[in-house]
Amino acid sequence: MSDPLELTEIPERTVTSAALPPDQRTPWHKVVHNDDVRRLFACVIGGFVLALMTGPEGDGINMLSGVDGALRFPHLGICLALTVGLWVLITVRHRFGERARTASARVSALPARLLPNAKFRGLALVALLALAIVYPAHLNGYWQSVLVQQVGIYVLLAIGLNVVVGYAGLLDLGYIAFFAIGAYSDAFWTGALPIHPPANLNPFWVIPIAIATAMLAGVILGVPTLRLRGDYLAIVTLGFGEIIQIVAINLQGVTGGAIGTGTIRHFALHVLGINYVWGLDPLPYYYLLLVFVVLALFAFHSLEHSRIGRAWAAIREDEIAAEASGINVLKYKVMAFAIGASTSGFAGTLVASQIRFFEPGDFTVQLSILILVLVIFGGMGSLPGAVVGAAVLEWLPQYLHVHPLFGFQQQDLYIYFGAILILMMIFRPEGLIPSRRRRIELGLAEHGIGTADAMTAGASPSEPAGLP
Amino acid sequence: MCFTQNFWSLLISGLADGFLYALIALGYTLVYGVLQLINFAHSEVFMSGGFAGYFVLQATLGSHTTSGWGSVGYVALGIAAGAAGGGVVAFLLERVAYRPLRRRKAPRLAFLISAIGASYFLYNIAGKEFGHNALEIPAPFTNLPWFSIFGAPVQAYYVVIAIAAISMLLLVDRVVSSTKLGKGIRAVAQDAETASLMGVNINRIISQTFVLGGLLGGAAGFLFGLNAGVVYTMGFTPALKAFTAAVLGGIGNVRGAMLGGLVLGIAENLPMGCVQTAWRDVIAYGILAIVLLFRPTGILGERLGRAA
Repeated sequence: MSDPLELTEIPERTVTSAALPPDQRTPWHKVVHNDDVRRLFACVIGGFVLALMTGPEGDGINMLSGVDGALRFPHLGICLALTVGLWVLITVRHRFGERARTASARVSALPARLLPNAKFRGLALVALLALAIVYPAHLNGYWQSVLVQQVGIYVLLAIGLNVVVGYAGLLDLGYIAFFAIGAYSDAFWTGALPIHPPANLNPFWVIPIAIATAMLAGVILGVPTLRLRGDYLAIVTLGFGEIIQIVAINLQGVTGGAIGTGTIRHFALHVLGINYVWGLDPLPYYYLLLVFVVLALFAFHSLEHSRIGRAWAAIREDEIAAEASGINVLKYKVMAFAIGASTSGFAGTLVASQIRFFEPGDFTVQLSILILVLVIFGGMGSLPGAVVGAAVLEWLPQYLHVHPLFGFQQQDLYIYFGAILILMMIFRPEGLIPSRRRRIELGLAEHGIGTADAMTAGASPSEPAGLP
Repeated sequence: MCFTQNFWSLLISGLADGFLYALIALGYTLVYGVLQLINFAHSEVFMSGGFAGYFVLQATLGSHTTSGWGSVGYVALGIAAGAAGGGVVAFLLERVAYRPLRRRKAPRLAFLISAIGASYFLYNIAGKEFGHNALEIPAPFTNLPWFSIFGAPVQAYYVVIAIAAISMLLLVDRVVSSTKLGKGIRAVAQDAETASLMGVNINRIISQTFVLGGLLGGAAGFLFGLNAGVVYTMGFTPALKAFTAAVLGGIGNVRGAMLGGLVLGIAENLPMGCVQTAWRDVIAYGILAIVLLFRPTGILGERLGRAA
């Protein structure tokens, strides 16, 4: 289980013990406290853990058969070679890495030099958008549906959760509950549930209603709980996610129970002489999704740089100072929460309409965590981070699953995601493509200035962000 | 009157659940006391205890049956194995998911996220290694009614839980109130910085607090598994409810966690005469929401430093 934790030590150029006079050399029994040796130890343990993670399935009847299979020679050898190789790389870089470091710094500075150039950035965005429009039409059916059901939907969910976790610094673990609410509103208004709606709506006009319902649920849940200390919010939202699932399973007369809904109608547009019905083909859904993702990106980007976005930043940096400066903290927190909820609700509607059927088992808490991983991996508070993080982490497992060489098992996914969460928090808490502001905040928080999340305020007085 | 139906038997099963919640809740409350952080991965500490108990009993008892003092011995062995498993996992958890972040003074959000990551990692790898189906712990005793209270039979399982839990709860109370470790825990909970100036090794105290919570959680995992079996997802619901119990009693307060566990166990079981079993979890989470809204400091109030 032990991942290479000691790699975090930013080394203050340790003097090698051979250079010291004999009485100051490290005694042999304290050699483990040498940073290099400690790192090696952590890397070897990491190798064993990696072997377990990638090894065969166990079955529990035959005790420890999985462990036994994982720790066999070629497999364990490859894993250990990988992690020890990593150790060699790190050690070499620490010891003789001046040139390597400057070279890698130059490469990583390249986008930073180009991106502030507005003309270049605009061109790059247009090119990306063009690619997103043209490219999917050339994919085969399987990858098109992956593009909608895995990549597209999760990109949308991730940028929505990014508002809650990244902008406002609130940890929401019941995010998928709003997805469920969106999906059930769609099913209700198109008559797919055992109870019948007052009026059968054109399936397309379900979208605003579902968004409004999810947003309302967000406000109802948010107003009482967002007064609380931040970490209680995580627990309450977790409980809320569970309650929604239990209610959906047990209120059979309303939701159809564990067996799920009836057939939901596809979206259809009949307005101004246009008659269009979204069918089984994923591509039209992809374009609909693309429109909404681009709209959401545009809206959230403007929000981030508006008065509201600055209020969120103030709240997550120091809630008490924000309140003292006259910001209505609760209002802005609820606003972030409701925006996240409505995004999730819309995604639920879209999935319900495309797949035409769902059951309560589709809304497990695991999915909330999955979306959290996407946001953290990409970079909290960074829109490009959320998009790239979601796209990569959703596409890669599919690719590895289909690819004959890897044969990646879907049920192992969460092992890797759990490891990613821990490793990201240890080594790169700002994420793959960090938002500049968020990175500075995290750095400041580590020096005891500000908190970088809305976790401290509420029922109790402000507490130190971790112990010394 | 549905409330009076089966009142006594529901009360007994409520007490048994309550004891288990109290044992798990102590893990949350102790860690919260010293770190002001919710240990999201405590559910997996609980699960590891269940698996450790399963493996040890499978290896020693196997398909044999036993009775009398043999039963007592095997139950004690299972509890010890569960506690050891929970303690080891809690120790590793603190080392991997907490200590590197603490050293860097990371924001609180980072701790929550790395603990969630550890939780997902642990239970999914347990599912991978030990199978995705529930495993039955070999029974060290036959679960027959021993005696009855107002006509409600009390099974051997409930007696085992009550004896084991009460002795462990008393032990923890003593540890926290009158040992050197307990003094250290209370000192760190009151004021970590001052405690370190007074010569308390904070890192060691935090590590030992995790282990203490892990011992209790692991033992609870074995006791839970005796009846329900062990499976990789077994931790989630009991741990969420135990967290509710810790908040209900006043998080950071040791006796509060015990009281909260018992209250929650009884409160979620008594209405079962009136509604279907499926709603039990909804009742527990509803209690959580109500407590947080109206009395977020719980019944006995927060603060581990003043608890004993």
